[in-house]
Amino acid sequence: MFDFSIVTKWFHSLLCGVMPEWTAIGIECLIVLLFIIVLYAILAIVLIYMERKVCAFFQCRIGPNRVGKWGLLQVFADVLKMLTKEIIKMRQSDRLLHDMAPYFVLAASFLTFACIPWNKGLEILDFNVGAFFFIAVSGIGVVGILLAGWASHSKYPIIGAMRSGAQLISYELSIGMTMLTVIMLCGTMQLSEIVQQQADYGWNIVRGHVPAVLAFIIYLIAGNAECNRGPFDLPEAESELTAGYHTEYSGMGFGFFYLAEYLNLFICSAMAATIFLGGWAPLMIPGLDGFNAVMAYIPGFVWFFAKAFFVVFLLMWIRWTFPRLRIDQLLSLEWKYLLPISMFNIILMALVVCLGLTL
Amino acid sequence: MNNKSYLGGIIEAVKSLSIGMKTSLKVFFEKHETEQYPENRSTLHFSDRNRFCLEMPHNDKNEHKCIACGLCQMACPNDSITVTSEMVTTEDGKKKRQLVKYEYNIGQCMFCNLCVQACPHGAIRFNQEFENAVFDKNKLLMQLNQPGSKVEEKPKPAPAAKPAAPAAAAPKAEAPATTETTKKEE
Repeated sequence: MFDFSIVTKWFHSLLCGVMPEWTAIGIECLIVLLFIIVLYAILAIVLIYMERKVCAFFQCRIGPNRVGKWGLLQVFADVLKMLTKEIIKMRQSDRLLHDMAPYFVLAASFLTFACIPWNKGLEILDFNVGAFFFIAVSGIGVVGILLAGWASHSKYPIIGAMRSGAQLISYELSIGMTMLTVIMLCGTMQLSEIVQQQADYGWNIVRGHVPAVLAFIIYLIAGNAECNRGPFDLPEAESELTAGYHTEYSGMGFGFFYLAEYLNLFICSAMAATIFLGGWAPLMIPGLDGFNAVMAYIPGFVWFFAKAFFVVFLLMWIRWTFPRLRIDQLLSLEWKYLLPISMFNIILMALVVCLGLTL
Repeated sequence: MNNKSYLGGIIEAVKSLSIGMKTSLKVFFEKHETEQYPENRSTLHFSDRNRFCLEMPHNDKNEHKCIACGLCQMACPNDSITVTSEMVTTEDGKKKRQLVKYEYNIGQCMFCNLCVQACPHGAIRFNQEFENAVFDKNKLLMQLNQPGSKVEEKPKPAPAAKPAAPAAAAPKAEAPATTETTKKEE
């Protein structure tokens, strides 16, 4: 597997040859920032288009097919439309908080986005408590949602924000528990190290067998809830709350929430792919050396994106199949089912690891 | 819900959810139902019961069945039909009402079908032509009788058979008319 850190180290030494180290680091930071923003935008476009098409196919429709070939330009048309819309200023809203809220959500999304290991040696934020950092910064998003609801000074946003607060805080526990299960299996919190181990010893979902599969399913359910999607879209339940916490936003304020929602979907899927499905690690079947050699030729980021989009498809499939939960059902699902099961799962994983039953 | 055990509830939930996911995945690979309208004009098919635009069928001798009695005009709740008629004297000296202009304003029509039901001769009907949007409001006003047309001479005998005739004639007349409109679409 190609180690991308060779390229980054070479680039760093190249810059250091012509300028002091602090300017070199400054320039590298700018390049990384540009990389994140561009990738974020591209992924948002791909995901929105994919969501529309997948949703349409699940409903026996065709989806966007008029703007450009196969409707490929539909997303651009929508962005243009949103940019030209008037920004509405409500009379009694808290202007400062109202304008700040989308950026909180976006910041949380960007920070979690930066944690993802794209390829071997291609990580932006990578340190020994990476998984912990990931969970911590994803919690900023709920602040933005609550702010949006509160500052709008309107009843639908506040109901949506309160639901969202209850939902996100509850389901974060399950996410933490399932990630802990994987951390116990790998013995490290560093995301690049978790992936490296999977490249060496096999994917976590295979290596940890029963508890890992259980954790994967719980992670998918909780992750879907974290993204405010699928059967857990109570914070923006269209039929009850018009659009939930972003009802009063127009133009790009709404656009940022929309963007963050889709990128959170991708981040959730990418994290599932990273900690359960081996991240950039290629598919290796012990014994089939020829097959493994061919698989190893496919670059790591291709593997990563293939796995991430597979999980994205799974989440979309879930979203467009199940009806929305009621708030009491949502909370009882978390507190009575997912959390106890994932606690039990941690004990099971501890036993599996201690007794050396991993594959 | 309460009479089920905890694990039984979970197993049941997983079962029913997987049935749902199986169903939606089946739909995912099914043929789509969407009609691609402007492109599929040639194959677009509507039910015969659709009521899109009033028309007065003429036969190949440019004859219609309207006797200008004005019942349709009276039946119309929206005043969208105006029948203009004149009195003429026929060769055998009888006075007879004759249609001059049958004006129909589709902009006022609510497609209730009352005029078609009121017509004693089955002279008017609704057709399958649905592309009725125009840029000029005046174009919504149509004249249904073709220029130079006259009323169809009906065979003299047996007035008793008359009431049944329009009802029986209507479905027969329907069939060729639909093909006619689809031809026009192409």
